[in-house]
Parts: sequence; structure tokens; C-alpha cells
Amino acid sequence: MDVPEDMPLLWVLRDVLSLTGTKFGCGMAQCGACTVHIGDGPVRSCVLPVSAVGDRAVTTIEGLSAGAVHPVQQAWIDEDVVQCGYCQPGQVMAAAALLKAKAQPTDADIDAALSANLCRCGTYQRIRAAVHRAAGQTGGRS
Amino acid sequence: MSASGIDRRTFLRASAQAAGGLTIAFYAGPLPLRAQEGAPAAAARPLPDPNAFLRIAADGTVTVVLAHSEMGQGMWTGLVMLLAEELDLDWSKLKVEHAPVAAAYAHPFFGIQMTGGSTSIASEFDRYRQVGAMARTLLIQAASQKWNVPAADCRALKGEVVAAARHAGYGELAAAAAALPRPTQVTLAPPSSWTVIGTPHKRLDSAAKVTGRADFGMDVHFPGLHTALVARSPYFGGKVKRFDGAAALKVRGVKAVVQVPSGIAVVAENFWAAKLGRAALDVEWDPGDGGTIDTTEMARSYRALAAQPGGVKAKAAGDPVAAMKTASKVVEAEYDLPYLAHAPMEPLNCTVRITADKCEIWTGTQLQTVDQGPAAQITGLRPEQVEIHTQFLGGGFGRRATPTSDFVREGTREDDIHGGYYRPQYFHKVKVGLDAKGAPVAWQHTLVGQSFLIGTPFEGMVKNGVDPTAVEGVFDSAYLADVPNHLVEHHAPKSPVTTLWWRSVGHSHSGFVMETLMDELAKAAGQDPLAYRRARLAKHPRHLGALELAAAKAGWGTPLPRGRFHGLAVHESFNSYVAQVAEVSVDRGAIRVHRVVCAIDCGTAVNPAGVVAQLESAVVFGLSAALHGEITLRQGRVQQSNFHDYRPLRLHEMPVVEVHIVPSTERPSGVGEPGVPPVAPAVANAVFAATGQRLRRLPLRLA
Ligand code: FES
Ligand code: FES
Repeated sequence: MDVPEDMPLLWVLRDVLSLTGTKFGCGMAQCGACTVHIGDGPVRSCVLPVSAVGDRAVTTIEGLSAGAVHPVQQAWIDEDVVQCGYCQPGQVMAAAALLKAKAQPTDADIDAALSANLCRCGTYQRIRAAVHRAAGQTGGRS
Repeated sequence: MSASGIDRRTFLRASAQAAGGLTIAFYAGPLPLRAQEGAPAAAARPLPDPNAFLRIAADGTVTVVLAHSEMGQGMWTGLVMLLAEELDLDWSKLKVEHAPVAAAYAHPFFGIQMTGGSTSIASEFDRYRQVGAMARTLLIQAASQKWNVPAADCRALKGEVVAAARHAGYGELAAAAAALPRPTQVTLAPPSSWTVIGTPHKRLDSAAKVTGRADFGMDVHFPGLHTALVARSPYFGGKVKRFDGAAALKVRGVKAVVQVPSGIAVVAENFWAAKLGRAALDVEWDPGDGGTIDTTEMARSYRALAAQPGGVKAKAAGDPVAAMKTASKVVEAEYDLPYLAHAPMEPLNCTVRITADKCEIWTGTQLQTVDQGPAAQITGLRPEQVEIHTQFLGGGFGRRATPTSDFVREGTREDDIHGGYYRPQYFHKVKVGLDAKGAPVAWQHTLVGQSFLIGTPFEGMVKNGVDPTAVEGVFDSAYLADVPNHLVEHHAPKSPVTTLWWRSVGHSHSGFVMETLMDELAKAAGQDPLAYRRARLAKHPRHLGALELAAAKAGWGTPLPRGRFHGLAVHESFNSYVAQVAEVSVDRGAIRVHRVVCAIDCGTAVNPAGVVAQLESAVVFGLSAALHGEITLRQGRVQQSNFHDYRPLRLHEMPVVEVHIVPSTERPSGVGEPGVPPVAPAVANAVFAATGQRLRRLPLRLA
């Protein structure tokens, strides 16, 4: 791929590869709309120069599942989380990474992992519920 | 003339002027829905063209075409539900799409194609049901002819017409149905037999939005597409004095540097190149009048202006000056409200493809008709040669009702925060005289703040000099109606800072003022805030209904855990009534909101699930402003730039939000906005209960 080394991963994904599921919200690691996974970890692709990726595997929202079948996506649908939806690919990727790191997160874990992901439509209450649902927790809080 | 009293010509004139570079917006404030009551619903209006709203393919796929934009508020679901109430759908064969721009999709209240003013469901309540009923009638007629059975023996069920043992899918019948003469009259199902309306329905756009497949304006790509970013004056109204694009042109991927009406555009192969190119521009700006703006100074001058006579009289009764002299108690208060940015998650953007005979626009817009006119004028094409592909809107909140005539492929967050079109800064000065029982008998209320209608193409909506978007929530307040002596005045100072409707418009400041003031009056009268409001609202059953429901569900008056305090507020806007009780604690100056109990009377709740979601959303939007939101200027420059210093609420600050819907058989009214105004005053009133500090400015800051 012939792109400048300092080009953030986000713009390589969006403008060069036409993978537009990953969103641009702030460009300075403040909103999480651009969250992708490198390996299993969540990364803000808007501030990561593409040269820093190296040969590690990048997973975007397009690669999370074929269809909306990932447990996090299904939980998002079941909890009727989305509104405008613009922040949600980033929320879903951040939540999927959290659940990989911690299968049974507490509310405090969810706050810690997802407070960097902004939602201007204010879907936070449902995001919490959906993460618990994806984790197979029905009651939720601990 | 539309139901709103806004005539179509106002909008057409607005469209024409937009080509001159003006920014256009719509106004969809208080609608005189009550004026329609008693009139046979929709009788005056011819039936819609069903083909514009509904397509049935031979394979049975039903496509519903939306005249309103989906910006999170749930029209992708709610409008379909209206249609489905009359035409029973096989939901697995449903497709939904945004309408192209065309006269058929004109807003039933406003006469142009647009989304706003919390009116989508309210305005479409008849039309989408009529379309469903017309389709059902024709499909049944087609089946009855095909089978030679009476139409009365046929019914529409889950995508099929059935009669005894016979059944045929809508797709099989569509061609025959389309050839039949259209009904000139349809009967809509009575509320007692509704099966869709009033039943919670999950969103229909979830799968697309959790997989990244939903296309927003920013996601449009086609070969040859370039990205432009415009360097705009850092000062409102500033102009380019001199610029040198040589360094920008050396940036890899930059194709051109051009001066445009709004500044210097850098055109590049992609966003990143455009951003680097813009950063490399050498521009000298002439700040003009905007170069000295200071919002603290502005607040001071507004305060001085409020003490001056000469405001426009928005409402007057009796003799408040004389009555004030005989009052047992007088309460005086002043309020400061800042500029606020909408900051939708998706930065503003627009994609355009111009060929010899066509201009195609992809964007998330709230104002299709208004966008079409200027695009035609700029390109020299006829309006019908301008196609608009409405994309999902990554949040609107009023901000996407501001098309500019610039070609802007993309904008950054900094462009958005610096870009103006803010909720105007406001100052309120209020003096209320109470009688011996604590009832207000004299009320003087002066508002100072920019009008975004006066001096714009929408000035036609200003009636007798009164800008309703400035004084709504005060001049039409239920509280004021019963005060025999009152005067509401508005001063509208001018400023180069551009302003606009921001979710709940004038109510976003007046709700805070009126409802914190009510608490002060209750205190002065020595009464409980709930009891005091009850007495004031005795003749306003819908306010009371929401108030009582929220108070009961929150347990108003029952003991709370140690350190927790309640505050309440109730406010009418967009013909809906919302009460909220906030449960708050204050720890070393930090305000923490734990729970917000909401009750809404929005008439018939078409999709109760959507109503609940919108109220949750409104609480977050309101809290963001109450706790953090502020745009300030020093020496003409906006001091905030991105989400680190213009802070929306984050997940860890999220309270528990409970929503209760007042049962109602009234026609539907607004939902998207009315949840915002009560949030800040409910929290401020709880903070008073906790600390004894009466906070009269936003964002809330303890001394
Ligand atoms: S766009 Fe990357 S964190 Fe906001
Ligand atoms: S759903 Fe709109 S920003 Fe989160």
C-alpha cells in the first residue's frame, strides 16, 4: 500500500480501503468512534500512524462478524441501543475488546473501558445493559 | 397555509436567498395543534399519492419511503409503524429508505421537505396511515376480483390477502392493485383496534448500525472523489486578507487551493492530505467586528441592556409595576446562559457530484427542499436536476438544519466547535411579586439574547416583532397565564456570532429559568416545590398529569439515602409535557446525578419504546449542557475546540433514567426535544436542596 507513513490508520481504512464502518468523530483520541482492534486490544485509529501497525492484525467493525451475529452486536440489537448510530461501531468494538479481556465485567469495569467512547445521543444506559447481556449476565450489576 | 401558520412562500423565499451564501434554517416551534382539534382530521387535505411512500415488488418486498430523515430519533421505525397499522406487514420482507427530494414529501405542517421541531410523528400521523389504508383497500380489491369473492370477506394479514382458504401475497396482487382506481376515501382503524400503534417496537435500523453498514454522509465513496477542507476565519465575520497556498500545494495528495466565499479550500485526494494541506496554508485574516468579542463582556452588556426599556413586548397584561408595589413579597433573579454547540457525533459534511445535466448530493440533512434550490442556482441547473440522497444523520439536534452553500466535503471536530450556529447566549432578568398566600400577582420578565430569525430569510416567522424562538417557554408559559399583571420583553442584540436552534430551541434556556424560579417562589412562599406547582397548574391538567406521575414514581417527599436530594421540574414544549425528578448528591463541590425519573405526556405514544429512548437521550443531552456545556469567546476566538474542552456527558457520569408515559388519547405531539428543558432545572433545584446554593447560571458551578 502506497500511503504516507504518518497517515493515521483511520484514514487508510476509510479513504484508501473504503472500509467506512470505522468512524471519525474527533481525530484526537477523545471519542472512540474510530475504535478498531489490533490483536485483541482496542485502539484509537485516528491517532495511530499506519506505520505503527507493523504486521499486526487489524480488525475493524466489518471484520467483527459476518452479519450482526457477534454476541455484542446481538445484545446491542436486543437492548435497542442505537440511535443515530454514528458512535456505535466504536462502542461495539470497545465492548467486544472488553469482553475478550474480561468475560464477566462489573459496572465499574464497563465504566473504565467505555467512558472514553462518547455517545452524543446518550445511549449509555443501554450500552451498560447490553454489555451485561452479551456477557450472559441477566441481572447486571455488581 | 399550513397548520403551523407558516406559509410556504416564506420558505421559498428563503430557498432563493440561500444562493447568496446565506444560511437557511427552519423553524418548527410551538404548533397550534389545538386549532386542529375538532376539525375532522385530514379531511381538508387530499389523500396522499401512495406510490410516493410505498412500493410493493413482485417478490412481496414492501419498501416504505420516508419523508423524514433518520437522525437517531427513530423515524426509520415510527413512520413504518404508522403505515403498518393499516397494512399488516410481513416484517421480514420490509425495506425502508429515505425519500428523494420531491414535492410529494413536503412536511404536512410546513409545506417543504424537512425534519425538525419534534413534528415527524405528529405531522405524519394521518398520512402514513392513509397510505397503508389505501394500499390495503387496493390489494383487497385486487384479490376480491381475482377470486370473485366480496371484498368484505378478504383481509390483509402479514403480507398477504386472505379470504377463507385462499391467500395471495401482496407481491402477487401488486400489479393488479396498481391498475385499479385509487380510493378517494379511506377509513382508518379506531384506537380501540390498534395493534401496532402504542405497542413498543424495536428499531429497524439496528443491524445496519451495529455492523458499520449504515451509510452516513461521510461514508460516501466513488472513484474520483476528492476531499475539501475549508480554512475559515477564526473570527466570526472575518475575511481573508491575504493567503499563500504554495506550502499547502506541496503536501502529498493536495490537488488545489481555492478561495471560496467562506475561506480557503484545500482540495485533496483524501481527508488526511486535505488536513495537512490546510495546516500548511499561510493565511492572514482581517478579523472585522468579530475580533473583539468576549462572552464575559457580552454577559455584562446583556445585563445592562435588560435594565433598559425598549425591548419588544412579547406578552403583557394588567399593570405589573403597580401590582408589584402591593405585593407581600418580591423575588428578583438574574440568569446567565452560555452559547452552546450542538456537536453531533458525525462532523458536518456533504458530498457532491456534478455532471453536465445533473447535480447529485449525498448528505445527512434536515432540510432537503432548502438544499435543492441553492444547489440548482450554484450549478446553473434546474431544481429537478438536483438529486439529494439523504444519508443517515450522525446526530442532528438542529445543526443539520443549516445548509451553507459552500462545497464542503468534510469537516473536522474543530471546524464544528468553532463553526458557530450556536444556541444563543442569553440573559434573563425576572421580578415576581407574590400575594399573602404566595401566589404570583405581578411578573416582569426581560430576556436578552440574539434572534436567529430577525435579519434572516426566516424573519417572516417573527410576528409583530416577537421572535417566538427567543421567548417561548416564557411568554406562553402556563404559570404566566394565571398571573393577572405581567410583562415579557425581549431585547435582541446583534453579534457576528452565528446562532441557531439547538435541541428544544428557546425552551433550552427558558425551561431552566422558569423552573428554577418556581422553586425560588415556592421557597419564598414557604411551600413544598411540588405543592406550590400543583397550585399554580390547577387549570393545566396535562402539566399536572406529568408532574404527579414523575413525583409519584420518584417517591417525592419520601426519605432518600443520606446525602441524596431531589429536585423537580415540569415544562411544556412542542405540545408535550415533561416532568423530571433528579436525585443528586454534592461532594466537595462536585455535582453527581444518580437518577432521573421522567414522565411525559406526548399524546398518543406511537412507539413507546422510541419515546423512552428519546427521553433517555434528552436527559443526557440536558445533563451535558447543565454540567459541562459552554462555548466562550475571548478576543473574538472560540476557546473550546474538541471534546476534551467541550465535554458531552460520558458513560461513568450516566445516571439511571426511568421513563413513564402518561396514558393519553390525544393526537401525538413532540418527543425528541421536550425531554431536554426540565433536566437542568431539576438538577439545579436538587443542588439547592443539597447545599442551599441557588445556581442561576449554566453550566452549574458551586461557589
Ligand atoms: S475519532 Fe478517534 S477517538 Fe475520536
Ligand atoms: S447513537 Fe448517536 S452518537 Fe451514539
